[in-house]
Amino acid sequence: MEFGQFLAALTPLNLALALFGVLAGTVVGSIPGLTATMALAVLVPVTFAMEPASALILLGAIYTGAIYGGAYAAILLNTPGTPSAIATTFDGYPMAKRGEGDLAVALACFASVFGGMVGALALLFLAPPLSKVALAFGPVEYFWLSIFGLSLIASLSNGNLVKGLAGGAFGMLLSTVGVAEISADIRLTFGSQTLIGGFGVVGALIGLYCIPVLIDLVAVPDRHLKVEENVKAVRIGDAFRIAMRSKFNLIRSSIVGTLVGILPGAGGSVAGLVAYSEAKRTAKPQQKFGEGEADGILATESANSATVGGGFIPTLVLGIPGTPPDAIVLGALLVQGVRTGPAMFTQSGSIVYTFIYGLIIATILMLPAGLLIGRYAYKSIVTIPKAVLVPTVGFMTIIGTFSIRNSVSDVIIMLCLGVFGWVVAKFGFAASPIVLGLILGPIAEQGFVQGWTIGAATKNLFGMFFGRPISQGILAFTLITLILPLFLARRKKKANMEQAS
Amino acid sequence: MIGRILGSAAVAIAMLSTVSVTTASELSGPVSYVIPFGPGGESDISARFQQPFFKEKFGQDMVISYQPGGGGAVGWASLNGLNGDGQTIMGVNLPHIIIKPAQKDVGFTTEELNTFYMFHYTPDAIVVAADSPYKTLADLVADAKANPGEVTMSGSGKASANHLAQIKFDKLAGTLTTYVPFKGTGAAVTALLGKQTKAEWGYTTVGAKQGDAVRMLAVAMEERHPLFPDVPTFKELGYDMTGGAYRGIALPNTADAATTKMWSDMIGEINNDPAFRQQMLDGGFAMLDIDADGMADFMKARVEEYLNDAREAGLIK
Repeated sequence: MEFGQFLAALTPLNLALALFGVLAGTVVGSIPGLTATMALAVLVPVTFAMEPASALILLGAIYTGAIYGGAYAAILLNTPGTPSAIATTFDGYPMAKRGEGDLAVALACFASVFGGMVGALALLFLAPPLSKVALAFGPVEYFWLSIFGLSLIASLSNGNLVKGLAGGAFGMLLSTVGVAEISADIRLTFGSQTLIGGFGVVGALIGLYCIPVLIDLVAVPDRHLKVEENVKAVRIGDAFRIAMRSKFNLIRSSIVGTLVGILPGAGGSVAGLVAYSEAKRTAKPQQKFGEGEADGILATESANSATVGGGFIPTLVLGIPGTPPDAIVLGALLVQGVRTGPAMFTQSGSIVYTFIYGLIIATILMLPAGLLIGRYAYKSIVTIPKAVLVPTVGFMTIIGTFSIRNSVSDVIIMLCLGVFGWVVAKFGFAASPIVLGLILGPIAEQGFVQGWTIGAATKNLFGMFFGRPISQGILAFTLITLILPLFLARRKKKANMEQAS
Repeated sequence: MIGRILGSAAVAIAMLSTVSVTTASELSGPVSYVIPFGPGGESDISARFQQPFFKEKFGQDMVISYQPGGGGAVGWASLNGLNGDGQTIMGVNLPHIIIKPAQKDVGFTTEELNTFYMFHYTPDAIVVAADSPYKTLADLVADAKANPGEVTMSGSGKASANHLAQIKFDKLAGTLTTYVPFKGTGAAVTALLGKQTKAEWGYTTVGAKQGDAVRMLAVAMEERHPLFPDVPTFKELGYDMTGGAYRGIALPNTADAATTKMWSDMIGEINNDPAFRQQMLDGGFAMLDIDADGMADFMKARVEEYLNDAREAGLIK
């Protein structure tokens, strides 16, 4: 960790690569269906001709940009550009609908830079001790973490608990279709080849979020987003003041994001959801989460950006990639002749530190780059006539879904889910619980099966599921999340009655 | 440098739009190499190793993409619908392409896949954490015999190479261990290092990657792996076990004989490059050279072996 590596990261070439990477990543991330994984996979061969450090800086910058870019589509189209941005739709889109899309985009940018910095600094200073978090999480901890994530349905469904739970259960059911991830059983395909690959998360996101928006755009005459009389440039000043006011939220969410990022089985979507849930739980009474609350955007965007640095912790220290993009970077390192795994920090330290500094530089560059692209994205979405917007976005949904794994089945599934989502939304079933079930279902299932297998083998099932300290902690948080709203509601009722009497 | 990047972006766009006008037996542009899994696994890493050698020898880019789903089945079921002009190839894995179609209709059969080269395998190995009380394989076997079922072993997936190895070894050693399937080798190793399980059924690549953090008790090879001269083979210890997960490459079955031959020769050339071999061995892989001509015999033997193992294990009927 010497100053020399920081200077090495600062060469004009590396700076240019970092800027290019952030810009390219942001654009890729903002398009639903195009993922950071894809962009990195295509660019890896280009990096063979580069110095290892430059190559890594480029890859890291693209990854950082892509996670932030996911927020644009979430805010402006109610469609998460990447799974990490699911919770960004909760408050981002309502905010954009009421004419404050510019503010939402700027808030997302500040939060992403903040979260990205926290994650990168944790990687720089605390990587070896924090990597132990990845190892402390066993199957049972993942099981409880996903149950905790599912408990968010209760607080998300705003008075419609039964419909929320039904949606979550339906999502979990969908997640079991196809070849089971670990047991290799083929389930619920009804002999159909179309269903054998199951319901992919990205395709489901596009279908359930984007298609209903498109149908509604065509069905109603109103403008897509309300536009204030004088469209200002991105409201940087306002956004900065709000972000400063919510610094505790930012810090907490970034720490949550870093920690969840370290877990190889979780990822940005879970990080965003957990941070959102915590922000909502600790909210002040006047804050209205789900209706365009700034703190909702700040929580998810800082958390998902923090997972970038967090995810590299097990990747670099243990040789265990936290996310698919991490896995590609790990592969690129291997080809470069860098030995990954426990010995990497000591043997290839200079490359690793140059990479971490590069990640920090890319995160800083995201501020101007993000605000600039954000302004452009906002203006174009707001000013484009519907007759152009709908076909363009419609085309992108199909191309994006197809490109995930060149599968026509995925496109069919996406379109069917989209129409289904639009219909059930008319009966009060929201998309988010379904998607939550789809993402968290497999994590819960795997954790449960593995935990049960190990517990039964060691003849300690009860201790396995309830006796481990981290599990107990997550379980306690889940119970608080579920019970606290009931308790508060009862107290409020009581207070009202006392006041009345 | 920026020019290179733009050039590669153009390549990517060309790939996406799949405009290809070609005459067979000659490469007309960048080649698409589909890995039917997510990134980071052994299939991905070995393809990444091939990538620069391919560019250097044959002047064309090799663009790797990932098409995960159904434990590889989604990719393999789509393979024969792709253009057989030689611009698209796909990784294939044993035992997957043998076991999966035997379990259920997964949209392809083993024989339908035009596998033209098997270029390496990752030998099965029992791996334990560096501070595990199991110093030798005998320690593990003794514990498993004293406490039937209580020795937990993580591994990648069910009905996989790891799982078949576990079943086979239990039978050879007369032990009863508990197999805990995880999603990929990475997750299985995480479980091992985190002490969630007592041992792992992995490959020699795990030993290469994790270095001092783990200890391999035995490897399923005829002779010791050059990277691990101190790790005995199962055969030395009296268990007749060799094998692992084999990886190769296939073309769509519409590819003509000349295209298949051309590809077999190209991959063979990379496989015989000393620098490539060294890189693979350093990564813990074991080399294999089965070309298009030898494929039928090789596959026949493997199909027999794996189906037999899987049947005895009760994984297929």
